[in-house]
Amino acid sequence: MLSCKEATHLVSEGLDRSLTLPEKIQLEMHLAMCKGCRNLKSQMSFLRQACKSYLAQEKGQTDSTRSR
Amino acid sequence: MSAAEGFVVDDEMLAGVRRDMLKFASLQLRDETLAEDVVQDALVAALKNGRQFAGRSALKTWIFAILKNKIVDQIREKCRTTNVSAISPEEASLDEAFERLFKENAHWTPEARPRDWGNPEESLREKRFWIVFDACLKHLPENTARVFMMREFLEFDTNEVCQELSITASNCHVILHRARNGLRRCLEKNWFMEGVQTC
Repeated sequence: MLSCKEATHLVSEGLDRSLTLPEKIQLEMHLAMCKGCRNLKSQMSFLRQACKSYLAQEKGQTDSTRSR
Repeated sequence: MSAAEGFVVDDEMLAGVRRDMLKFASLQLRDETLAEDVVQDALVAALKNGRQFAGRSALKTWIFAILKNKIVDQIREKCRTTNVSAISPEEASLDEAFERLFKENAHWTPEARPRDWGNPEESLREKRFWIVFDACLKHLPENTARVFMMREFLEFDTNEVCQELSITASNCHVILHRARNGLRRCLEKNWFMEGVQTC
């Protein structure tokens, strides 16, 4: 059984490489039972989304100051 | 320095783009002078051939593509003289803080269990969120931040990051894991749970 600490590594690596089938199964089983690690997974996905929005928000900000 | 017809690159607009470029470059290079140089180079290169742009955002996309290349060149240069996988005291203390989140059986302590951030996407529209986000990025140790930004901002895949920085894949995963944990804990503390009574 995967520990939470191990789960954090798999969640992070899942953003950088394809997990193997056994890894996926282990992680899914853990996530099904662990709310904390489910939250961690959403948080890490959100970080990626935030980084992708980074440049867009700068543009939005300058545009809105300009139109004022 | 303007497109032939329609959309014109004016000074005010350029100043805005330049400001964004500087912020982006200094965040990644952590060196204001170097950032200035890189931004200047990128601007000159981008505007040299008087290309036509469909609008402000097309111009910005083009300029930032060039800027990203210039930043990568600098990072490559820097990595010839530094060992990216070396653990600085800041990195070591971030790792210790991470270890303290777990009980002996490697499950979360009750206080450290990651919280539900609700609909974090809503924060992306808030200017204050980005101030916190920037501060949290700056707070990451230098090499950790560099690897993370190459992956997430310059959008290299992990293999490319490893190659560019001459580190192993497993090292790369360790560093990215450290960065993501540092960043999510900083955001949790300073944004998502800010003002929430924890006791």
